[in-house]
Amino acid sequence: MARRTTNSQVAVSTVGAWIVGFIIFFPILWMILTSFKTELDAFATPPKFLFFHWTTENYGIVQQRSDYFLHAMNSIITAVGSTVIAMLIAIPAAWSMAFAPTKRTKDILLWMLSTKMMPPVGVLVPIYLIYRDTQLLDTRVGLIIVLGLGNLPIVVWMLFTYFKEIPKDILEAARMDGASIGKELIYVLTPMAVPGIASTLLLNIILAWNEAFWTLNLTTSAAAPLTTFIASYSSPEGLFWAKLSAASTMAIAPILILGWFSQKQLVRGLTFGAVK
Amino acid sequence: MGSITLEHVKKSFGTNDIIPDASLEIADKSFVVFVGPSGCGKTTLLRLIAGLEDTTAGKILIDGKDVTNVPPAKRGLSMVFQSYALYPHMSVRGNIGFGLKMAGAPKAEIDKKVEHAAGILNLTSYLERKPRELSGGQRQRVAIGRAIVREPKAFLFDEPLSNLDAALRVQMRLEVTRLQKDLATTAVYVTHDQVEAMTMADKIVVLNAGRIEQYGSPLELYERPVNQFVAGFIGSPKMNFIGGAAAKEAGAATIGIRPEHITVTKDGEGWDGMVNVAEHLGSDTFLYVDVPGIGQLTARGTGELGIHSKQKVRLMPQQQHLHRFDEAGHAI
Repeated sequence: MARRTTNSQVAVSTVGAWIVGFIIFFPILWMILTSFKTELDAFATPPKFLFFHWTTENYGIVQQRSDYFLHAMNSIITAVGSTVIAMLIAIPAAWSMAFAPTKRTKDILLWMLSTKMMPPVGVLVPIYLIYRDTQLLDTRVGLIIVLGLGNLPIVVWMLFTYFKEIPKDILEAARMDGASIGKELIYVLTPMAVPGIASTLLLNIILAWNEAFWTLNLTTSAAAPLTTFIASYSSPEGLFWAKLSAASTMAIAPILILGWFSQKQLVRGLTFGAVK
Repeated sequence: MGSITLEHVKKSFGTNDIIPDASLEIADKSFVVFVGPSGCGKTTLLRLIAGLEDTTAGKILIDGKDVTNVPPAKRGLSMVFQSYALYPHMSVRGNIGFGLKMAGAPKAEIDKKVEHAAGILNLTSYLERKPRELSGGQRQRVAIGRAIVREPKAFLFDEPLSNLDAALRVQMRLEVTRLQKDLATTAVYVTHDQVEAMTMADKIVVLNAGRIEQYGSPLELYERPVNQFVAGFIGSPKMNFIGGAAAKEAGAATIGIRPEHITVTKDGEGWDGMVNVAEHLGSDTFLYVDVPGIGQLTARGTGELGIHSKQKVRLMPQQQHLHRFDEAGHAI
């Protein structure tokens, strides 16, 4: 028998869901509101929710004081660059592990994942010294390398699970149909793998965009992405809540927009194996 | 042309011998069915012929040419998979024409051949659809279309009908048989369904634990099984096996008698028995009879016998249809 839900139950759950959703969204909303306040209003107790003097001066000041577009460009280049590097390594790796597994494949996968279990700060000093000695500090290239390699295990795992979902029969059918490895790749596997690759790509861009440990520690100005740009408002001359909020809002806006437009792809990708 | 020869083919996974030693001659244009219980190695044997698995030892020849180390794409065979294995992102047209496209055939020729195959299989109005928009039977036809359009040396079928419902299965069984005769192309067909094997095959290979138990025409296997395994596997309901004194009388360790070769009477000659269960099919009556000192025997009578459970009957095995087996289970 199907489970029945009454209208009142639906109403209660709906209200509950909206409340939970609002609580989760609240910090972001508060940040956006604060970015339109004066520094004085931002500090006010009791906090002012909607009735304050609305101003966009913070955005002007932020843009004047630090070059938003430089940092945004750095973020775009490092996020996309590190993702491309990770994908270039991960696609063939996940590919061979999914379609030509050996006895050690599971071990390698677990080993790769285990590297994500170590806190990055554990290797900060050696990596910092290597970067210093190889002139990679505060360079886009340096950041692309560390972010790309840092996310590599997760990318390989995601792609591996997608590739695993492709039925072996279909590849064998292609082989019986006379397809060479190359043609099998172009005509059969790639079209079937595209949704999985696309959602891995999106997720990795978001992860790289938001990464704040390596970006803060390995960059200062020239290659600093938006995370460093936000952080610069929390330290030198004390806290400026309104400007910090304005900077943060500007920093998350691009990725929020990207996420919004690709949400269908993301959700499909993340639930790929679960629901078909 | 499409004769296939296996010479002492062996396949092991690790230390596990799936196929210890198989030799077989499949004649050109014949329909050969591999049948056996699950796990007997019939699918592995088919995949070895296809080239999807590597042989551990032995040789595979197609038209007398050694293809043991030739990749599947170059063997000139086509295969129909149990799961159909259609390309989900291609239309029916794309699926059927894929093999020709891979062979580099010109577009006009591909279209002509695809449309011809679609005509044979009643798929003409579905050519632009994706596999997910088709029913199980239609997908099956597409998979067959993909196999026939390339005019291969032989078709390999891996339990192609097992995902269809009973009525459709009977219909497709007929169509596949008819198609194979029309195209005059060798076919190797794997199934666990002995009715499919009996009805479709020119010759049947009965496999058990990776060994070829018997290779012969359906009626040869039915009338002259070489051992107890084949005798028990071919025929439905199963052959009755009787040991002990009754067997010794016939000079064997075990005797076998098929249910249809037992004459059932209410008070004639033969063993005394009590009907345990009676199944009335209208066309046939199946009786499961307890015979003291022998055990339960199955008897089959044509038409309605008017015998019901808990009734006493007499069972008389027809002597000319008695099968005798020695201690090792070989036919005497």
